[in-house]
Amino acid sequence: MDALLRSERNFLWRPLNLTSRLLLVAAAAAIIASFFFPLWRMHLFAPQYEEGLSLYIYSHKIQGGGIDGADLNEINTLNHYIGMKPLRQADFFEMQWMPFVFGLIILLLLRAAVFGQMANVVDVFTLFSYFGVFSIGAFYYRLYIYGHQLDPEAPMKIKPFTPLLIGTKQIANFTEHSYPQFAAYLLIAAVSLVFLAGWFSRNETV
Amino acid sequence: MKPHIEKLLATAALAVVVSLLAPGCGQKKSASANNAVSDAERKDMALASFVAPGEKDEYYLFYSGGHSGQIYVAGVPSLRHISTIPVFTPYPGTGYGFDEASKKMLGDYTWGDVHHPALSQTDSLYDGRWLFCNDNANNRVARIDLRDFKTKQILGPIPNASGTHASSFVTENTDYLFLATRFSTPLPRGRVADPKDYAKEFNGMITAVKVDPKDGEMSLAYQILMPPLDFDLCSTGKGPSSGFAFFTSYNTEMAGDLLEVNATQKDRDLAAIVNWKAAAEAAAANKGTVMNGVQVLDPSKVPGILYYVPVGKSPHGMDTDPTGQWIVAGGKLQPSTTVLNIDKIKAAIANKDFDGEFRGVPILNYNSVVEGEVPVGLGPLHTQYDGKGNAYTSLFVDSNITKWKLPPWTDAEKKDLTSVVLDKMPVNFSVGHLVVAGSDTKKPYGKWLVAMNKLSKGRHVSVGPSQPESSQLIDISGDKMKMVAEAYTEPEPHFAQIVAVKDLKPIEVYPKTENKDPNAVWDAKETGVTREGNKVTAKVIAVRSRFIPDRIDANVGDELIVHVTNIEQAGDMIHGFGVNDHNLNVVIDPGETKTFKVKLTKTGVFPFYCTNFCSALHQEMQGYLVVHPEGEPVAKAD
Repeated sequence: MDALLRSERNFLWRPLNLTSRLLLVAAAAAIIASFFFPLWRMHLFAPQYEEGLSLYIYSHKIQGGGIDGADLNEINTLNHYIGMKPLRQADFFEMQWMPFVFGLIILLLLRAAVFGQMANVVDVFTLFSYFGVFSIGAFYYRLYIYGHQLDPEAPMKIKPFTPLLIGTKQIANFTEHSYPQFAAYLLIAAVSLVFLAGWFSRNETV
Repeated sequence: MKPHIEKLLATAALAVVVSLLAPGCGQKKSASANNAVSDAERKDMALASFVAPGEKDEYYLFYSGGHSGQIYVAGVPSLRHISTIPVFTPYPGTGYGFDEASKKMLGDYTWGDVHHPALSQTDSLYDGRWLFCNDNANNRVARIDLRDFKTKQILGPIPNASGTHASSFVTENTDYLFLATRFSTPLPRGRVADPKDYAKEFNGMITAVKVDPKDGEMSLAYQILMPPLDFDLCSTGKGPSSGFAFFTSYNTEMAGDLLEVNATQKDRDLAAIVNWKAAAEAAAANKGTVMNGVQVLDPSKVPGILYYVPVGKSPHGMDTDPTGQWIVAGGKLQPSTTVLNIDKIKAAIANKDFDGEFRGVPILNYNSVVEGEVPVGLGPLHTQYDGKGNAYTSLFVDSNITKWKLPPWTDAEKKDLTSVVLDKMPVNFSVGHLVVAGSDTKKPYGKWLVAMNKLSKGRHVSVGPSQPESSQLIDISGDKMKMVAEAYTEPEPHFAQIVAVKDLKPIEVYPKTENKDPNAVWDAKETGVTREGNKVTAKVIAVRSRFIPDRIDANVGDELIVHVTNIEQAGDMIHGFGVNDHNLNVVIDPGETKTFKVKLTKTGVFPFYCTNFCSALHQEMQGYLVVHPEGEPVAKAD
């Protein structure tokens, strides 16, 4: 046990080589880039909507597909038949603090790159991973709420459901596809880069 | 122990790489990719629907023009639009609404909302005499004579009725046609009540219109005072259901506002079953009260004329099958059709097998009269029949047509009614009504089904935001439905009727001997302009390529009356009479006389001319209306 703790402590005190420091900076850059692309897309198809209706989720906004984001209104119009609450940007309060958390992670990444110590990498990796899992959990919870708090007086009564987080599903006359988009891959890449930063300095000694 | 941690980290890294390598996997292409038609299919479709130049269609398709106020005639299987029959809206193309006779029919209205055309029947078969259609907007009903495809009578606005949507549906021998109200109002009309007191103060109405069997002349027979439900559609009985008429309604909740929500709360709505023979007898015995000149029966005081039955939520169509045995209601907001059995309905009435009452009218016990609920799909609206035991239901939400088997069902089928669903076909998009050739007769022609879709959504070349509807022709002669053609239709087809060309006998010219118009002139010697006070009357002949006379003189302030007779007896020799600057155009078919009146308010010389191209010298077919200043001597016309 003592040996394990010592090995852990030694690992955490390892310095970072140049490759690792550059990887950390690259990870920070990937997070910044992720801001400009959608994280997730929900794509709905029905016989009447051959071209599909799209909903893009960014870290800081929701955006409908179509001309001037018209799909968001269309989705809300359709959802009102089953009594689902309209999706409104203002209701997604997490989108107000998410950019702030990303900023924090970016600062920590740059800090780790400058301080050059393994412990900082582990910190930011852990925080980042935690934040990622938490966000996906929060997202799922949102979907659950939207699908379960249906107006009981809606014209069409359907069984409460959870819209799909990932995958393909049939809901009434709609086929829903929900998949991560480029920004999500950028974030996965950023996490991976942080991991690799640790990896490449795993054998460094003081 | 260091390698321990490293191994853990390595596994995590692998997971990340895998997820990176699989971006967007599982994102299937949309269904639109399946729209491609193979060459073989293309050939099949073309051969099935193609009518070569010079050949003729086998069927007429009469489809309602909705809020355009007209009836359109197309051919089946070509789906070509052939002709427009103006009904509730002026149509300069045939001069409708410009001459005195059609102006009088239209009254002060310039539009109507045509929903459901109905061909006249004798013994539950199309007799090819008349086509009736309703005006949902202004509570009217019109009769078109199929001898000349012309609107001959508009009855209404019908008193005590608002929004005659559930109409016009004829009885098996065209004794009556029925109109039921979609909207309810305080009665008598003109009375004001708060829509908040909707359930108490508002009423709907079922109107029976008598049709004279000789000439089709329509007159008000009687009305049945109804609760403020929104009556939607109707069909009449035949065979075992003879003497009954069936009406769907929504808004059993009796909501006076926000119907989208407030009228969709109950799981079932009440359909009305009217024993119209009993009602006619009660009306003849003056068992009602007279309101606005119509005998109005109160069904709570005249037992035996009305029953209710619950059917699927927010229903649309209520269609009797060709045998008269099955009545099928489509519940828009429930994924099944409700099949009722007339024998069970009659037994329930005889045995007083009721499940309470609604405003003094018995509600039949649902479980005693229902034969089954067929799971056809989402948004069933309207059902048609091919006469071979199959039913076809339009699904608005699913944008499909479902073919299913009518009862009698085997015990196994009854246990699982998904087994009677035989075929399903996508249509583009969101079909409202559909029509099978002859479906509402006892012997449907079958063979063709036309789906009238509410959305065309860019299937045509773009014409801007005002898009047409789409209609699709489906071959139902085989086990599986087959789509063969598509056309774009004027706004907005609701229902239609398909009748075999052989079952209609239209004329091509009005025979001279039939023209009984006292102002008709057939000889140049009889033409001329006469004055009587401020009234100037011209009797004019139109014939290739002149008007006789081709000069009409009058004074400003005069009322000019022109009787123009097209003395041609050759088919398609149609003449028009358009007057410059006077908002006037009448069109006269061969052998026809039309009269128009105009108050002359400005001086000048106004050309009039033939508007309907007639001959090589059509351009030369013109004349002058000379309007003199008042008090000036008037030159005599020859």
